Amino acid sequence: MSPALSKHDPSKKWSGPTRPYDLIKEAVIAIVIVGILAGGLAAVFSSPDEPALTLKSWALTDPADFVQTATSELAGTSGTAGYGAPYNTASDGQVLGPLKLQKWAGVRIPINTAKDFVVKPLTILPDAAVQTAVNAWNVGSADEQTKWATSYGDALAKSPKALSLPDTNNSYGPVPTMITYLLGMAINGALDGALTTSDTPLPTDFTKPMLFIADSGTYFPDYAAARHLHGDQWGVMNETGSWPGQSWLWLFSFFYQVEPFKSSENADTWVMGLLGVLSVALIFLPFIPFIRRIPYKIPVHRIIWRNWYRRKQD
Amino acid sequence: MTKSKMWTVRVREATVEKFEPTDILPDHQPAYVTSWIYVAGVATIAAFVSLFITGLVLTLEGPAWWHNSSVGHYFNSVHLWSVELFFVFMVVHLWGKFWMAAWRGKRMMTWITGVVCFLASIITGFTGYLIQGNFDSQWIATQAKDGFNAMGIGAYFNPLNTGQAMLIHVALLPLVLGGLIGWHVILVRRHGVVPPIEAGGAE
Repeated sequence: MSPALSKHDPSKKWSGPTRPYDLIKEAVIAIVIVGILAGGLAAVFSSPDEPALTLKSWALTDPADFVQTATSELAGTSGTAGYGAPYNTASDGQVLGPLKLQKWAGVRIPINTAKDFVVKPLTILPDAAVQTAVNAWNVGSADEQTKWATSYGDALAKSPKALSLPDTNNSYGPVPTMITYLLGMAINGALDGALTTSDTPLPTDFTKPMLFIADSGTYFPDYAAARHLHGDQWGVMNETGSWPGQSWLWLFSFFYQVEPFKSSENADTWVMGLLGVLSVALIFLPFIPFIRRIPYKIPVHRIIWRNWYRRKQD
Repeated sequence: MTKSKMWTVRVREATVEKFEPTDILPDHQPAYVTSWIYVAGVATIAAFVSLFITGLVLTLEGPAWWHNSSVGHYFNSVHLWSVELFFVFMVVHLWGKFWMAAWRGKRMMTWITGVVCFLASIITGFTGYLIQGNFDSQWIATQAKDGFNAMGIGAYFNPLNTGQAMLIHVALLPLVLGGLIGWHVILVRRHGVVPPIEAGGAE
């Protein structure tokens, strides 16, 4: 029967046959059953709780990676140092065609990696040697600072397991001393405290320590890769262990697995933008000409309302 | 009949007087409402109730409780599985309504509020994952920041700011989501359950 042969205006109150229905009873039964189901699943499968990583755990587990990353923070070559908005102006960040969306709101969470992650924490140490090194860093020109940290970083890259290197050519300035003391701070846990309390004594914002850990070359990304959490491992929807995670983000995760997004430098912008467009399309789906006709063309409703149609036939 | 100038009268006419008592708390449904697909809607609300209750317990005990207490861990687990069930039921409900073309008969806003509920639920679930205080939340936050920053949103919503995510998840979004679900249910009660396509024919 075509829609044109309608017998009832769907915008009008239903005047056809009805059946008894106890709304409150159904709601109570649903709440009880779903509660038992959730409680049972929780009892059987529990939930994941892998302890958080810290600068201390990083420094203890992979001190060489910590030393190299800290040096890159000083040299301005780390991921955060070159990130762009909202942390700094080092780059344009991701773009969507001609639109530099990442820059539009400006630097609202200012981060100077050398100052915030290394120099400032070291100033709280009551040690003459490190304060001398910090003073030497502070009085150095920007070019000198970059040259010291870059030279030391290059040397560490050639000795990837080294925690400290001798300055045989007198080209690293105060950097080896600063990095060695920073490693010490990290190992005894003081750096975690210094970075979380740098803006307020009662911290709820972990931006600085997390950006520092996320700059890690191996420790943080390898830890996540071993738990199948990387973007190319469908990590957007996964969580640690075998729990289902945010499975409802499957489409979001899917786009990161396919070209052209997979290899794009602006993948986040494209995927976020695409999901935004699809979300708006879903909201206004009843107004989209072809899509709104699909339920009529593919009659799944014949299954949903099969009792009604059978009754009408009889 | 002239319209009253009193705001109270106008609000009453636009809200309460639009409903019969049997619209709000019906004891009969149209005869076509017999499919199991209809259970998905009420099951979604039931999962939301479970989420609200377990979330309230977790809120009252504080964010660190569930890491150090087996009872707390159990409540966190029930909260997690309630989320999973919530989304399963909601997606089944959404697909069911799509195949019913349930926007017919002045039910556009019912569809729209339902989809907005779905999208708000995704944000609510995401902020919940951010505030777990474990490695999952750390990794999700560091990865998600790139998506938000890429769109310029990260300047205002920073996933690495746990306090911000916690307040949004615990205080703001339950209000928004609860309000949206309430609005959606009122619209369902106001317009009734959409009739079968041939029975209700026209869009």
